Amino acid sequence: METNMERSKRKHRAIHQSAGSRAFDIIIHVILIIVGLLCLLPFLHVAAMSFSSNGAVISQRVFFLPVEFSLDGYKMVIQDPSMMRSLWITVLVTVGFTALGMILSILAAYPLTKKALKGRGFFAFLYMFTMYFGGGLIPEYLLMNDLKMLNTVWSLILPLSFSAYNIIILRSFMQSSIPDSLEEAAFLDGASYWGVLFRVVLPLSTPVLATLCLFFAVGRWNAYGDALYYISSSKLYPLQLKLYYLMGMASDAATLAEGGSTNYVTGEVVKATCVMFATLPIIILYPFLQRYFVTGIMIGAVKG
Amino acid sequence: MSVKTVVPPKRRQRFSVYMSRYWPLYCMLILPTAFCLLFKYWPMTGLVMAFKNFKMMRGIWGSAWNGLDNFRYLFSRPESVGVILQTLKLNLLDLLFGFTMPIILSILLNEVRSKAFKRITQTVIYLPHFLSWVIIASLFIMLLRTETGMINIIASNMGGKKVPYLEDNFLWQVVYIFIGVWQSMGWGTIIYLAAITGISAELYEAATVDGAGRFAKIWHVTLPGIRGTIVTLLIMNLGRILGSSFERVNSLSNPYVVLKSANVISTYIYRVGLANGKYHYATAMGLFQNVIGIILILIADRAAKAMGESGLI
Repeated sequence: METNMERSKRKHRAIHQSAGSRAFDIIIHVILIIVGLLCLLPFLHVAAMSFSSNGAVISQRVFFLPVEFSLDGYKMVIQDPSMMRSLWITVLVTVGFTALGMILSILAAYPLTKKALKGRGFFAFLYMFTMYFGGGLIPEYLLMNDLKMLNTVWSLILPLSFSAYNIIILRSFMQSSIPDSLEEAAFLDGASYWGVLFRVVLPLSTPVLATLCLFFAVGRWNAYGDALYYISSSKLYPLQLKLYYLMGMASDAATLAEGGSTNYVTGEVVKATCVMFATLPIIILYPFLQRYFVTGIMIGAVKG
Repeated sequence: MSVKTVVPPKRRQRFSVYMSRYWPLYCMLILPTAFCLLFKYWPMTGLVMAFKNFKMMRGIWGSAWNGLDNFRYLFSRPESVGVILQTLKLNLLDLLFGFTMPIILSILLNEVRSKAFKRITQTVIYLPHFLSWVIIASLFIMLLRTETGMINIIASNMGGKKVPYLEDNFLWQVVYIFIGVWQSMGWGTIIYLAAITGISAELYEAATVDGAGRFAKIWHVTLPGIRGTIVTLLIMNLGRILGSSFERVNSLSNPYVVLKSANVISTYIYRVGLANGKYHYATAMGLFQNVIGIILILIADRAAKAMGESGLI
């Protein structure tokens, strides 16, 4: 009898626990769905606006789905020469910046994996120190001025292409994932350091190289601060800076009036379209971005 | 015996043997080092401007020294002191909300049993991390504008009042903190989820045997299991307490808040330095920020190591 009672008690507790557990499950799912919607809805709203007609936007009927579906915004953006120019500048700068950044990172990271290299600690310190200390905006601006790089694409390509953080990631990958024995075998076959770098080390580093490429490219695509400092000619505006002026974010400039009331209606759809336009490459690449960025963050977390 | 007969090579010989082997590696380092020196170290020499009365005509080196006058000026003016305090305030609020959200989210994600649901949620909440600050600010400006923002339209359709989210200085700070949390909360879970994966399954089994419910397991197994990660990240964030993202503040800024809530060190340097041409004050402010920053990072590194974590440097 006692055992029976105990058994039923335990049974009761199990049922009770699973009911509590199920409630817990529901709460967790509800919270996560709300968080997920919070992340998506602002984006959906602007996407919906970009695909709606001016009339629907003006009468404030557009929320999360396009109303009176129209591609007018996209047509206007594609036909706008200044927008296409900004796109071209951004692509050019992003490609150049990424290529240069990769070259610098590879050339810096590989020698630093060689423990026998004299001065290894010195170079490592020289590079790492730049992560924690720098000259700051004004001295960097004056340097661009001295190098006659203001108002050129070089000011967007050269200064940030040296990235100590990316060098660390690449170095720690090379150190931990490429066996010394492979390199030694290549040396015995008479390969030089350059040969080993190109024929052994780099082919074995492709996942992390892809990660770094995306770090450089997305960082460059998304940044506008340096363009705001260094570029004053509207012919050279990259996409993000163009959007910055278009959205009337410049609190001090005369552009405020320009982006303001005159052509409000077309303005709204075009603005929404421009936001989508500047985000499109990120969205297209997103499956890769997610995978490779996670790889990068994991390598970075091991040391650094 | 034969060892004795080997004559140790002379120093210069040893050096040339060493170099004949290793010179390609030094060749590789030339280009990155040149970039590093030109674009990172050369601007550091420009920091002497902080101790000078800078005149464009005379250049950095020709301008006259004025000791600590620039710093005295900065610390005696209410505006620049206010800028430092505002930077601290926004960063502390960021820490309070932006730091805790990923911890909570990763624990919730870990409790999800359906792999598909977990994957989809992760994919969605990682997305904001990849958007630029201009895009993010644009999205929220379109949502929150007083007259034409969606939130205010819905509110007024339901009979509510329109709220100036972006013009009111208090509400602007709420929005500022919110977009920071919005951008980073999902991405921040990655490192915690990795740490949670590292917790031994035996601990959970033992807790189950002891009759622990799911909440008890979170409290007594999961949280202690990621304590080290939390401490390390917290210390790292404290080390950056005086830093400020120019792009995040500047893109959300507008004339109503630019001199109040949105007046932080990075935007102050931009406005006073580049826009108003007072290079030496802006440089002094930048140097102050940098020096405090590096001191805090060194302290943070020591603290992390003292607590048995791997440290930052």
